[in-house]
Amino acid sequence: MSAPTRTADPPAAAGRPESAAPGPAPTTTRRPPGVRLIKSNAGLIISPAIIITGALLLLWNYNRSDRIFQDERALDWERNLRPQLEQHLSITLWSTLFTILIAVPLGIMLTRPGYKRLGGPILAVATSGQAIPAFGLLILAFAWLGRGPWTTIWALTLFTILPVLRNTIVGLEQVNQSVIEAGRGMGLTKSQALREIELPLAVPVILAGIRTALVINVGMAALAYLIGGGGLGATIGAGIQLRRDLVLITGAGMTALVALSVDWIAAIIEKGLRPRGL
Amino acid sequence: MTDHSTADAASTGTTPADAPKTMIRLEGVGKTYPGTTVPAVAELDLEIPEGEILVLVGPSGCGKSTTLRLINRMIEPSSGRIIFDGEDVTKVDPDLLRRRIGYVIQQIGLFPHQTIAQNIGTVPRLQGWDKQKINARVNELLELTGLDPSIYRDRYPKELSGGQAQRVGVARALGADPEVLLMDEPFGAIDPITRDRLQNEFLRLQSELKKTIVFVTHDIDEAIKMGDRIAILGDQSRIAQFDTPERILAYPVDEFVSDFIGSGSTLKGLNFERVRDIELVHDFPVVDVNTPRDEAQRRFDASDEKWMLVLDDQQRPQCWINGTHLADTSKPLDQLGPRVRAKVPPNATLHDALEELLMSNAGQAVVVDEKGRHLGILDVERLADVLKRMRNEAKKHYDELAAQQAALDDVQNDDVHDAEVNA
Ligand SMILES: Nc1ncnc2c1ncn2[C@@H]1O[C@H](COP(=O)(O)OP(=O)(O)OP(=O)(O)O)[C@@H](O)[C@H]1O
Ligand SMILES: [Mg+2]
Repeated sequence: MSAPTRTADPPAAAGRPESAAPGPAPTTTRRPPGVRLIKSNAGLIISPAIIITGALLLLWNYNRSDRIFQDERALDWERNLRPQLEQHLSITLWSTLFTILIAVPLGIMLTRPGYKRLGGPILAVATSGQAIPAFGLLILAFAWLGRGPWTTIWALTLFTILPVLRNTIVGLEQVNQSVIEAGRGMGLTKSQALREIELPLAVPVILAGIRTALVINVGMAALAYLIGGGGLGATIGAGIQLRRDLVLITGAGMTALVALSVDWIAAIIEKGLRPRGL
Repeated sequence: MTDHSTADAASTGTTPADAPKTMIRLEGVGKTYPGTTVPAVAELDLEIPEGEILVLVGPSGCGKSTTLRLINRMIEPSSGRIIFDGEDVTKVDPDLLRRRIGYVIQQIGLFPHQTIAQNIGTVPRLQGWDKQKINARVNELLELTGLDPSIYRDRYPKELSGGQAQRVGVARALGADPEVLLMDEPFGAIDPITRDRLQNEFLRLQSELKKTIVFVTHDIDEAIKMGDRIAILGDQSRIAQFDTPERILAYPVDEFVSDFIGSGSTLKGLNFERVRDIELVHDFPVVDVNTPRDEAQRRFDASDEKWMLVLDDQQRPQCWINGTHLADTSKPLDQLGPRVRAKVPPNATLHDALEELLMSNAGQAVVVDEKGRHLGILDVERLADVLKRMRNEAKKHYDELAAQQAALDDVQNDDVHDAEVNA
């Protein structure tokens, strides 16, 4: 507790650069790096532990259970589980991707001076759309687009536009006006100000919206099998139909583990993309 | 006529010979915000002299910020023309114009997601400088503004104190060495001590850089301190007086200005005169320590002053003595009366001198050279004379301006007349 605790008076020290003696290091009131890392990343470290434990439990449960022919067949990795997992992920990723491609540009547009007026009505429509149960939306999409994974993807895209759109708008609007003013005052064009100032500063909020959408999508993808879209929901369905607890538990467990994993990866991406200095 | 003469003088070019070249000229620039009927800035004519700090000062809401933002076209004028270095920039690409004009706002507005180096390098980068040149420039600017590059370059804005952030704001505005700097209450949100330090540093910086600066503040003291020239603005940015701080303090043209500069303006004016520039009292009785008593007594009797100054053999003031002291022959002259405390060097301002003078025993301050030798005496009457002279000079200046203006009007009328005759 000697010199570095002196956080005061940097301007004076700055006035005489040569006095940058060994004492007041640039790090002022920071905790030791190790502590900070663990504290701020606690969630990122605990999640994989839970996921691995869960996976081991599922495996252990599978091995200790008496398995009949239908069990073996329903839980066959190459035949069922792996393709279902792939479908599940691809539904999740495509719908999230489309959501981003639609909602982020729309959000940007609705925060530009010319279109600001439209922001309120469009958000209102999106919000009331959110009130439709996702399942209902899925059925409606089925009635309209027919069977198959793409129906699910479009339904989910529609369903998750709202959180991303709302967060994009909020994220852009919360950017400090004086920062933009300073940038424009220095000669940044409108689009430079958007790309170099507004969007980077809105990234944390936008990413939070995208992560919400991703989590919704990965959960909803479990319902895709109802309209012939595949996904891990199929195994859950099989478990119910066959009245086999092992199949049911394994399907539900895997769905949960996939959701947790996706959220964990999203959290890492969110952390990585967050601009430093915020 | 007198109260308009200033604004007229600024716009018609009858400014006195000491006025430098005009860097930016606003010709009838006005702004009415959409949805309002009263203009925020009514037709404004303003000449901004090159290499000087022009302070726009006025009450809150009078349109200072609007005026400033009209110059770099952050706000598009509703009328009028802006001439920048001889070029009409009313219609040029505002983004390109702004890269030639540094801009500092009160909230500073550093980009929080960029390092200090990136912040400062913004305009150089926009102008396409190469990396190395930008780097060198960033270091140069950090040093110029008193921040050690090795410490601050890679920090983020949130890791700075308010004063440091303000310095970075100034450094960033100087990024690509713009000819002009616009500053909107740049030291407004800072504690008084830091503000004072930043002001002094900035003045030192400006004495090297000699930029054309338009500086907005609502604080008249800051205006007096920072301004080479001050434009006092009334409602809708109408110029009430445009002049050097000395003259504004000595001769406020109307009630609005004198109200705005407030009481004590005369005393503030003393800050602009230095002791060396005024006539000192030379007939004050002075003796040196070796003068015989009867000679000292003779000199004291010959003057009407109540006190006499005793110097040592090096001409350095020692003490004040009066008749009673003179009668006491038990001690040498320089150990009789109260010691001389109020000594001022010739480069002190009259304001400093007044302070010393009020502290002294004799109601006089002794002016001494750098070796401490007596040069003369300064008393309250002298200061009062100076103030009177300053006021008279300022008034004369305004009377001359009015006369010039009248003459000019005559010439123009004659021209019109000649033209009619020739036609
Ligand atoms: N965007 C705007 N739209 C409409 N009116 C505005 C706008 N900006 C400023 N005004 C009005 O214009 C006038 C001048 O405002 P301005 O900000 O230039 O004042 P100021 O002299 O800088 O005041 P302060 O010292 O408080 O900063 C005010 O009456 C203000 O209400
Ligand atoms: Mg203002």
